[in-house]
Amino acid sequence: MNNVISLLLSIPLISALILALIPRQNARAIKLFALFSTFASFALSCSLFASFRATSDLQFVERVAWIPQFGISYYVGVDGLSILLVMLTTFLMIIAIGGSWNAITDRVKEYHILFLLLEAAMIGVFVSLDLFLFYVFWEFTLIPMALLIGIWGHGRRVYAAIKFILFTMFGSTLMLVAILALVFIHRDQTGVLSFALSDITRNPIPPALQPILFAAFALAFAIKVPMFPFHTWLPDAHVEAPTAGSVILAGVLLKMGTYGFIRFAIPLFPSAARDFAPLLIALALIGIIYGAMVSIVQRDIKSLVAFSSVSHLGFVMLGLFTFNAQGMSGGILQMVNHGLSTGALFLLVGMLYERRHTRLIADFGGVAKPMPIFAAFFLLVMFSSVGLPGLNGFVGEFLILVGAYRANALYAALAATGVVLSAIYLLWMYQRAMAGPVTKEENERLRDLSPREIALLVALAVFIVWIGVYPATFLDPIQASVMQLLGGFK
Amino acid sequence: MINYLWLIPALPLAGAFINVIFSRKLPRAVVGLIACASVGLSFVFSALAFLALLNADEHHRVINVFVYSWIFAGDFKVDIAFLLDPLSALMLLVVTGVGFLIHVYSLGYMAHGEGYGRFFTYLNLFVFSMLVLVLANNYLLLYVGWELVGLCSYLLISFWFHKPAAAAAGKKAFITTRIGDFGFGLGVILIFLTFGSLDYADVFSRAPETSQSLLTLITLLLFAGAIGKSAQLPLHVWLPDAMEGPTPVSALIHAATMVTAGVYMVARSHALFSLAPFTSELVATVGAVTALFAATIALTQVDLKRVLAYSTISQLGYMFLGVGVAAYGAGIFHLMTHAFFKALLFLGAGSVMHAMRDVIDMRYLGGLRDKMRWTYATFVAGALALAGFPFLSGFFSKDEILASAFESGHYVLWAMGLLTAMLTAFYIFRAVILTFHGAPRWAESSTKVPMKMREDVQSPESIVPSPKSHFPHESPATMVLPVIILAFFAVIAGFVGLPSVIGSNWLERFFSPVFGESHAPIAPALEWFLIAASVAVGLIGIGVAYWFYIARPEIPARLTQRFPRVYQLLWNKYYVDEIYSALFVQPGHRLAQFLWEFVDVKIIDGAANGIGRAFAATSRVLRAAQTGYARAYALAMLVGTVVVIAWLLMR
Repeated sequence: MNNVISLLLSIPLISALILALIPRQNARAIKLFALFSTFASFALSCSLFASFRATSDLQFVERVAWIPQFGISYYVGVDGLSILLVMLTTFLMIIAIGGSWNAITDRVKEYHILFLLLEAAMIGVFVSLDLFLFYVFWEFTLIPMALLIGIWGHGRRVYAAIKFILFTMFGSTLMLVAILALVFIHRDQTGVLSFALSDITRNPIPPALQPILFAAFALAFAIKVPMFPFHTWLPDAHVEAPTAGSVILAGVLLKMGTYGFIRFAIPLFPSAARDFAPLLIALALIGIIYGAMVSIVQRDIKSLVAFSSVSHLGFVMLGLFTFNAQGMSGGILQMVNHGLSTGALFLLVGMLYERRHTRLIADFGGVAKPMPIFAAFFLLVMFSSVGLPGLNGFVGEFLILVGAYRANALYAALAATGVVLSAIYLLWMYQRAMAGPVTKEENERLRDLSPREIALLVALAVFIVWIGVYPATFLDPIQASVMQLLGGFK
Repeated sequence: MINYLWLIPALPLAGAFINVIFSRKLPRAVVGLIACASVGLSFVFSALAFLALLNADEHHRVINVFVYSWIFAGDFKVDIAFLLDPLSALMLLVVTGVGFLIHVYSLGYMAHGEGYGRFFTYLNLFVFSMLVLVLANNYLLLYVGWELVGLCSYLLISFWFHKPAAAAAGKKAFITTRIGDFGFGLGVILIFLTFGSLDYADVFSRAPETSQSLLTLITLLLFAGAIGKSAQLPLHVWLPDAMEGPTPVSALIHAATMVTAGVYMVARSHALFSLAPFTSELVATVGAVTALFAATIALTQVDLKRVLAYSTISQLGYMFLGVGVAAYGAGIFHLMTHAFFKALLFLGAGSVMHAMRDVIDMRYLGGLRDKMRWTYATFVAGALALAGFPFLSGFFSKDEILASAFESGHYVLWAMGLLTAMLTAFYIFRAVILTFHGAPRWAESSTKVPMKMREDVQSPESIVPSPKSHFPHESPATMVLPVIILAFFAVIAGFVGLPSVIGSNWLERFFSPVFGESHAPIAPALEWFLIAASVAVGLIGIGVAYWFYIARPEIPARLTQRFPRVYQLLWNKYYVDEIYSALFVQPGHRLAQFLWEFVDVKIIDGAANGIGRAFAATSRVLRAAQTGYARAYALAMLVGTVVVIAWLLMR
């Protein structure tokens, strides 16, 4: 299997094509086929993971010239930095499709086609080793997601979709300029026109040019993460997006930003990365505390979770820019953890929304009484997000804090306040929405979870517990790549 | 080798796992049986492990069992691994033993309520977590257990989640302890960065070569966690509210086991604390001050469970006083005896509630002595042990702590401890008398009580009695039997640690592989004096309680009128909750509101939208270029492309 990654990319694309051929009246067949396709992708990524060797090498590499005149190639592969994110993407796609089973009744066909296209684009982002190819996939994720928000979203969906597009485009345009500049610098140095990452990293970028180019990349990625103060598109996008859109947005799309830093910005511009680290860490720390503080006073559960993402991704960024093994491993693992926990939180909120058509905390209260199974999963996911030992969030968060302390004790002390604050905003929300007496009549007879919903949450719970109890499965493959990244960096 | 060690925590975990999935389908008897049997078996294996240690010679009383490699990254590596030594072995017995009895008690106590399966799931999960905490051989695994018991505490305090007060209390407990854990977590990290390892064995062996300032910082951070978990000043506020949970939970978690985790942790880390004199002084001082502080509050409370809660805070203060003056064995000794007598007292209170249909306000109790003979007798045994009545368990352990404080030159702290002992004897016998003696007040109708008075009693468990009269009865055997067993240990457990003038301290010798050889015995005359002082204050306290509440029952009311300020201060628990609310909670909330509504919406998002609007305005100008003719666009694109390509090729 030399072209397993191409297969991985083509499954959703071909599936989307096939979906286009299924008559739209046949909504059930469309959903079933889309679900089948996501299962196939996940199974394939699992086999990829299973045959992945825990070395720093790029594996399953494919390289074919695409536009040779410009040195652009179809160049893909995975290593320890990306393998987990590919897994996460294909896994969360199952959750996304399964989670919108009953929620989406309008334009079912287009919805699933867009989701599958989005899946291909997301996988493409994580496997691209050619800057141009990466950029194409990066931009390509934008269209389906914006449409998903703009068509299937809630009240202010168009505003949110446009905001999402504009913010991302603003950053990525700068990134495109920086990519072109990199390629020309490389051509000036070697006489070869190439967009391949491995070619470009071979020759160090002149230190004088590093800051400006790094800044261009960093801005594009920081908006995507999103880092404070570029985060304001996120709550709007989340609040308006359909449930599955939020799951994927929080679970995968935000990781494109953090992934961009470790795949491109840091290895391409090591000295600038080091110079910029204090600034980025400062923003990460502000994000951790600020995001958590703002979460406390949210009235809409979805925007609470959205702001909590700002806080959690601050942790990821902090870890990555400590430039030590613990911080970086923790940061990478925490990308996956956040995808699982926050994805699950959005899924849970979506289940409530499907029943009550509101997400305001004040509209609930005492929900644990009519929905005990829901409450049990809510507790589990909440504590995963709070970073309770034994669950996934703790492993990543603790490693990040170790790395942060190693870099500077103050970083760890400030970041650790986020751990306390996360307990405040989540537990308080749980107290108001789930506990207490049932005060509203509509909430008295809320249906508890259906077998489909339980199955989705069990799947998430399995990984939440697995990573918490036996993280070796997921820490092992990333170690070598992290060490190599740090080695190249010194 | 002890190859069944992993079973000790695994059994309750399995019980929790089975019940979380199947308890809705299983009959109650089976649910209860699974829960009790898993902890019971765990106790059996703990006893076997304990015996194995007893039979081993002194050098083989420390056993590490590796399970698997847990977290690693670079040079950071932590295992799931267990440590069996005299300290953890004793803790195992206390946790599984008291835990088992309280499981059995719960069979009766929870028999009629909802959420039977959920209750036992949580309770089993708690025992598992506590065992992880106790058995850990490194700081991170200790931290795991530490946080998991916090989770169970949260779940069980807010077990009756439909009661707003219970839900609030659970959240308060978790968040307050997490504030302490903020320090504890950083302490664990600093341990790793200092010693390059989190394993106790590595850390303790390298401690002597480490600078004192670093050790002081580490121990201060660790102690911050202990303050939260063990409800010491200034983070004690969550424990009284934790009484919202079912009473067996108060007995097991918020008296006998979890809250003592801080004491255990300090004792476990004695190699660090003994090299950090500043921290040790702080530990002792916080302990003594908290002991006195909480005891004074307990004097005026009318909710029986809250009296016991403040008593727990106070007794935990004693334990910290002990470990703070380097009497680690004495601290753990008191931890053990306290586990017996305080669990006993709580279960007694639970029996009273069971009989009185959830009334726990002592103003509506009284005269229960004849209705509940077993409960009364055992409660008095527990009260005597707590009061330090000669030859009961609490007497020996408290005395050893006070003697150690005196002997190490902490005369002020010793005096505070002695005063606390007197207050303790008073408040617990006040509780005994108000609950069990005198004329029954429970036949009275609730209408006679002004409702205003009830505001300060937050516990919803203390429901004002309904007008219909009660028929208090003795609890069923599942509840009485565990209480009797606990009473037995509350009476005799002290004999394992006799003062040197009376006998030999077996416990101290048993602990010697952990805490080192015992120090030189105190001069007999001094020791007799200290014992006499303890006995005297205890008897005075009991006597005053008798005088105030049986002989001259009008005195308390008169005192209240004479010193209204003092009474108000104590009745309102020194207003600590109110102060925290004004100082932290409300300003924090206002700050968050400001950050969101002003900084985020107005400034940051406002700026983003402002830029958007600026572009929109510009584009209105540029719109003139949009002629709508496709050929014009095509031409523009062609020109643009040519320019770009030309530029590329010219370079």
